[in-house]
Parts: sequence; C-alpha cells; structure tokens
Amino acid sequence: MAGVAVSTTINGDAVEYLCQPDEPLLDVLRDRLGLTGAKEGCGTGDCGACSIILDDRLVCSCLVLGAEAEGRRIETVEGMAHGDRLHPLQQKFLEHAALQCGICTPGFLIAAKDLLAKNPDPTEEEIRFGLAGNLCRCTGYDKIVRAVQDAAIVMKGA
Amino acid sequence: MNFDPRFSGRKFASVGTRPIRPDGVDKVTGRARYGADFNMAGQLVGRVLRSPHAHAIIRKIDTSKAEALSGVKAVITAADLPDLTDGDAAMYDILDNCMARTKALYDGHAVAAVAAIDARTARQALKLIEVDYEVLPHVTDVDEAMAHHAPLINDTIFTEGLEQKPAKASNVTKRSQFGHGDVHQGFGAADFIVERSFKTEQTHQGYIEPHACVANVSTDGTADLWVCTQGHFVYRQHCAQLLGMEASKLRVTSSEIGGGFGGKTHVWAEPVALALSRKAGRPVKLVMTRDEVFRASGPTSATSIDVKIGARKDGTITAAEATLRYSAGPYAGSWAEIGAMTAFACYKLDNVKTVGYEVLVNRPKTAAYRAPSAPMAAFAVESAVDELAKEIGIDPVEFRIRNAAQEGTRSSYGPVYGPIGIGPTLEAVKNHAHMKAPLKANQGRGMACGFWFNFGGQTCVDLNIGMDGSVSLAVGTVDVGGSRASLSLVAAEELGIDYTQLKAVVADTSSLGYNDMTDGSRGTFSSSMATISAARNAIKILRERAAQMWDISVDDVVWEQGHAVAKGEKHGNLGKLSLKEIAAKSGTTGGPIAGHSELVADGAGVSFATHICDVEVDPETGSTRVIRYTVVQDAGKAVHPTYVEGQYQGGAAQGIGWALNEEYIYGKDGRLQNAGFLDYRIPVCSDLPMIDTQILEIPNPNHPYGVRGVGETSIVPPLAAIANAVSNAAGVRMTHIPMSPPRILAAIEAEREG
Repeated sequence: MAGVAVSTTINGDAVEYLCQPDEPLLDVLRDRLGLTGAKEGCGTGDCGACSIILDDRLVCSCLVLGAEAEGRRIETVEGMAHGDRLHPLQQKFLEHAALQCGICTPGFLIAAKDLLAKNPDPTEEEIRFGLAGNLCRCTGYDKIVRAVQDAAIVMKGA
Repeated sequence: MNFDPRFSGRKFASVGTRPIRPDGVDKVTGRARYGADFNMAGQLVGRVLRSPHAHAIIRKIDTSKAEALSGVKAVITAADLPDLTDGDAAMYDILDNCMARTKALYDGHAVAAVAAIDARTARQALKLIEVDYEVLPHVTDVDEAMAHHAPLINDTIFTEGLEQKPAKASNVTKRSQFGHGDVHQGFGAADFIVERSFKTEQTHQGYIEPHACVANVSTDGTADLWVCTQGHFVYRQHCAQLLGMEASKLRVTSSEIGGGFGGKTHVWAEPVALALSRKAGRPVKLVMTRDEVFRASGPTSATSIDVKIGARKDGTITAAEATLRYSAGPYAGSWAEIGAMTAFACYKLDNVKTVGYEVLVNRPKTAAYRAPSAPMAAFAVESAVDELAKEIGIDPVEFRIRNAAQEGTRSSYGPVYGPIGIGPTLEAVKNHAHMKAPLKANQGRGMACGFWFNFGGQTCVDLNIGMDGSVSLAVGTVDVGGSRASLSLVAAEELGIDYTQLKAVVADTSSLGYNDMTDGSRGTFSSSMATISAARNAIKILRERAAQMWDISVDDVVWEQGHAVAKGEKHGNLGKLSLKEIAAKSGTTGGPIAGHSELVADGAGVSFATHICDVEVDPETGSTRVIRYTVVQDAGKAVHPTYVEGQYQGGAAQGIGWALNEEYIYGKDGRLQNAGFLDYRIPVCSDLPMIDTQILEIPNPNHPYGVRGVGETSIVPPLAAIANAVSNAAGVRMTHIPMSPPRILAAIEAEREG
C-alpha cells in the first residue's frame, strides 16, 4: 500500500512524513516522529491520554488519521515548555503533586491548556467537566483540579 | 555494625517536607519513557491470538498459513514454551496463563502469538492461524462454580484444607479458616444478631498504561527485557525459569510505570515476547490493547460473603463469623484466605471464626489489586457492623470505638497487635467536622473502617557518593507513585544533606541485588529502611576518611548535619569537614565512598483507616453522587505528606468506582461484554468531589523513622462506607456491589413493595 505524503506543523515546526491511509495520527506521532509524549491508553478515544490540540481544537489523536493532519497545526505536550521554562500548568502539576504514575499527565496538561485558553477563569465544576474526557486512575483528580485552579490564577496574572 | 531498625524518635529536617519529585519534570514534558515508549533497531511487532471461548479444548493449531505470510518472522504456540517448571504448580499456572497448553480457560486466554515487521502484518497473520476448539460448558459465577453440577475447570483439583481428601475433584481449590474462641457460645451471649449475605462483582485495576515490553534475545543466550512492571527482579526470575535461562543472563529494566495497583505483579506478555524474539532472532515489542488488558490481565475476585455478628445491649460484640467465597479465575490462588484474614482485623473479639473458599471460574486469573481481597470482606463486615449498631441503637462510630482492636489485642487472624491506629482514626472521625455537617433530602452519610497488613520483604539499595559530593541512590523497588522522592528525603535526612544534592534511580536487575516487587505497600517502607542502612554504612566510611584526613582516631569523629565533626578537647581546633570536602579527597583516602544495604525488611506495621462519605441518591433513577468524602489513615510517619495524601485520595477514588460503577459483565456465552473504558466506566473528574485527607502518625516501632506502608489501606473502607451512606440515603440495606442505578432502584422498589 502506498504511503500518503503529509505536510503539517507540529509545535511550530514544519514537519513532513509518509503514513498509511488508515494509520492513526497517534501512531504517526509516536512511531514515525518519536514524539512519545502522547500515550495510548485505549485506542478508542475513551481515556484522553493521547490528547493533542489540532488547529485550536482538543482531540484524541488515536481518533484522527495521520493523513488528516495535512496543512494543519498540531500542539503536543513536547511543545508546552519554552526552552527550559515550564508552562505554568506544568509547574503547578509538579508543585501540587498532580501526578503519581504520570501516564495521563501529558493528556491532562494538553486538555487543561485547551480549557484555560477557552475559559481563563473556570469554576471547579467547569474544570471537572472540562477534564472529564481524561482518565486518571492514581490521584482521584483532587490535586489535578487544584493545580489547574492555581495555574489559572498565575496565567491571568501573566 | 549491625543495623538497628527500631524507631528512634528523632527530629526530622527533610522527612515530612514536600519537595518536587525528582522524576517530575520528565513526566510533565513528555520525556519520561514508559513501557511502550522504548524501541530497538530492527524491532518486530508482536501480537497475541486469544481464545474467544470461555472454556474449550484446543484440539489443534495450524500456523502454516500465518508463517507463510510475507513479513511474518515468528509464530509461536505453547509448543515453543515447553514446560520447564519441574513440578512447581504455581509456575506451571503462570506458564499456562501466558499461553494455553491444552485448554483455553477463559475468553481472552492466549493461544498463539506472532512477530512481524509491522502491526498490520501481525494482525493479518493472527487471522491466518487456525485453531480447532472443542467448546466445553463453562462457569463464570462464583456461587454457581461451587454447585455440584458445575462444569469442572480442572479435574486434578481436590479441595485442600478439609479434614479428609475429598473423593471428587472440585472447583474449590482450598478451604482456609481463621479465628479463636467459641462463636457458638458467643452468639448465645448476644442480645442482638445481624446475619446477612453480600456479593461483589469483579473489577479491574484499570491502570491507564496497557502492559508493554520490548524483548531482545541474543543468539549467545543472553537477553534484555524492557518492561512496565511493579517488580523487575521477580519478572526476571519468572521469565528466566519459563524460558530456561539463568537469571543473570536476563537483564530486566523497568520502564516508568503507568499505574499497576497490583496488576503489574504477574508476567503475561513478557515470556511470550522473549519466546518470539528467541525464535525470530530480532527484538520484539509487545503491547497489549485495552481490550486485551481487560480480557486477559488481572482482575480482582468476584465474591459472595455471609456475615453473622452478635452483640450485647451495651454494645460489646460477643461473636463474629464469616464465610467468604472468592473467585480465583481458572488457577488456584490465596484470595479468600486473605479475605478471611482481614475480615474482622479491626476489632477486639473473644469469639471469631472466618472460613474462606478459593473458587475456580472461567475468567482471567485473579491478580492483586491494592490490598487484595480486603475491600470485599470489609464491605460485608462493615455493612453488618453498621446494621447491628442501628439495631442496638448505638451511634455507628461509638459502636466501633467500643469494639476496636488495641495494642495487645489478639487479631482475628492470629498475631497480637503492637501500637495500632484503628482507635485513633475512629476518634478523629468522631471529632471531624464532616460528621457534623447537615444533610439534605435524599442524602445519606456512611462511615467504615479498613485494615491492611503491609509487607516488607527483600530489599537492596546502593548509595554512591560522587567526587563532587553529590549522591546517587540506586533502589530496586519500582517507583509507582513518588517513592524516588520519599527515598531521596530519607537519604538526605540520614546524611544531613540537601534533598537536591541527591538523585534517586530505579536500577536494572544487572546493577543491583534482588528486590521483591513493589507490592504490599512496601516500596517506601522497605526501601527507606535499606536506604537508612546504606546511608549509615556510607557515614561510617565518611567518618573514617575524615579521621584519616585529620590523622585522628575514627572513634573521635561523629557525623552531624552533613559534616564530620571531631569530638574531644584535644581536637578543638579541627573544625568540621563537609560531605563534599571528604568526597573531593576520596581518590587519595581510599577510593570511592559508598554505602550498601541488603536486608529483609521485617516488621511492616499494620495499617488502619476510617473513611466518611456523603452521597445523594436520586430515587427516580437510582443514580448516586458522592458529594463529600474524607479519609483518615495512620501513616506511621508521612515521609512526603503530599504523596501520602495522594495515596489516600487515589485509593478512595478507586473504591468509589468499585462501589458504584465498575464490574465485569459476562454474557451467557462466557464472553466479557464490556472490555473497554466506555463500558467499564472508571470515575472521571466530574464524578468526584475533592477528597479530604487527615494523616495520623502512630509510629511503627519496627522502622527507624516510624514509617508504615500507606498505599493500599485507602481502598479498603470505601465500598462499605459508600454502601452505608447509600443505605442511609435510600432507606434500604444495599448488599450487592457495585451499587449501580438499576440495583439501587430494584432495592428501593423491593423495599416499597415490602
């Protein structure tokens, strides 16, 4: 089967790759481009561990085809920090111990970034519903919600 | 110098603070490497073919068409994993579970595997493998499996633990019994007796990271295995034994682990990946899909439990009895035995008896899940305790305080307790603001207690001091939720240096001595004990080196706050030497400075918790919301309190899912119907409230800092606490977990109809 040639932008960089027509974007990111920050927890869009932002929209990259990324903008967890300066969400996740095993963390960070971009001052309930597409089995979400609340305060002040 | 593990009551500088974890930045930037994040040059993709039948004889497997497919490099069946277990029944079960030998014993049981150049080819190859099954009658329900007419899963099993060996084979592998006193007499002295039967359904640990490994077997007989596991040393032993290798020839590196909760304590895919790599002569990566994780990896037991408790009018329990039936999957286990041990462990009882039955069913092999077996037993016992308090007319907290075990109490499973936390957690709950908060219509409050043993076990630590004075700490217990942070704090405490001067890593199996796996809440307990011991050994050398630098007797040198200090008037002008200064001179004073420790961490202090829960039940739909939740638990000493809170909250959340939603649903055909996160719904962020925590610190006398394990106990009380809350809200006693909306509605309607 012939590959599909794709030109796209990932974390601000122009990227070109060949992928199979039925290949999920998650597999392209992880297996072809070495961007293993997005995780596969289910492959069916239920866990959110593979969350990325595609043209300002939060998506599960396991449900997007690699071929669909043509001409679009992709943001992954690898692009959140600026050099050695962590994004406020990353910093607050560390300070609040909002991760235990950490496998869901990239997905939560991306989902929280998308949430705060659209709603810079969310209530606790808005945070909880905004992050309801991301599963965490370790934390009970308490410290994640607090980290996002704290990051929102920092980002508003920035 | 022998290591003294006894509690010393020291004042802490580092322990008890809350620094950022050393592995944190990698985990928030996507750089941390988990099981599936590792690749090798020339790597093949492994896939496993699984039985669609719950119970079937495998007559024949024809792999020729799959082998002929272009791009397929190896196909294996049980024939490629010959039985090398040499009469070790437990290892044989592990082997059979990795790859079915004569019978498929559950829906999802592995029967063959392929390695191919890519995932698409591997998937195609699986379709070309022809398996000739003779389908047998199956049984998936724990009570049905015990019935006389039940299909027999293994005709070589005769129930152990009976006075006489039974004449007929049975699905009950073992009967176990615990207790003391005379329950018959005890019930005779009771004014009130509650007797109830309970059921809990099978759940999964639900770690977000599926099992993943990369195996690379060389033609010289050595091998490397990269794998997400809770215990890489145990994986090495099991894989080496099953593959016929010497353990030292197999180097196992534990990846970052994306959740385990007991579910990553058993090999499944790893021996298969090694066998594929051996046959193909290339590295093989094998990653389970989520469907495979549910169908083939470790769920809990489903249970059926009868409880009888009697008490006098004054609120003293006179007798307690329970019969506990736990499903084990198709292989023997000790799940009911553990349930029978933990059931009444919270209480001081003169007359107590528990009997456990291990029951084979056509479901996946039961694996540990956070305080395995204890939550179900606690659900049954704590529900009955609540009901009994109500009948007597005593406040449920007061009733438990009156009967709580204390230091010196002989536990229901045998040992006599040292200092324990059940009483203090109950007192804390009694005085907690949560207990006094008003409730609205359709809301109910429940509370319950829980117990877990905690384990210690074999542990090995290396502590190496660099010439620049920085310290490398190599541990062998996999870090499942922040133990590199807690162990760094402990090393910093002992050495008297700053936390940031240390770097802790989990060493591979070729770089450190054997370690038991991270289970039984042992990670921080046992590895901190070994870290303290290793640090003290290093300090001994640091003192010797300082003495050499000063040219005085080592007996005159003590270690204080990260410095060697010369004691005695004659050394008054010597000042002090920092760890850094001593390390800088190590090349000329005797070479590298290190401290090692190998020990069996005995004396893990038992752990108790009491939880409070408020729920709101919608009487129209049976839907339940947890609106407030509080965890009170004894940590012995919280080394990193934030991560201790995290353990409390995480266990509570898993318990909430278990209590309200999660269950394996099997069809009449014996196939699992909800093998995905959409249909097996674990709690999401919008399902839960904040989870309040209160850490109590009742020092464990058998650890220098008083540490107890904290990871597991938090999942023990929730099933019962939530069941008590729902029962209070709905006005009807709930006896079947999970309390899904249909079950709650049915209970409400049955109560209405009388």
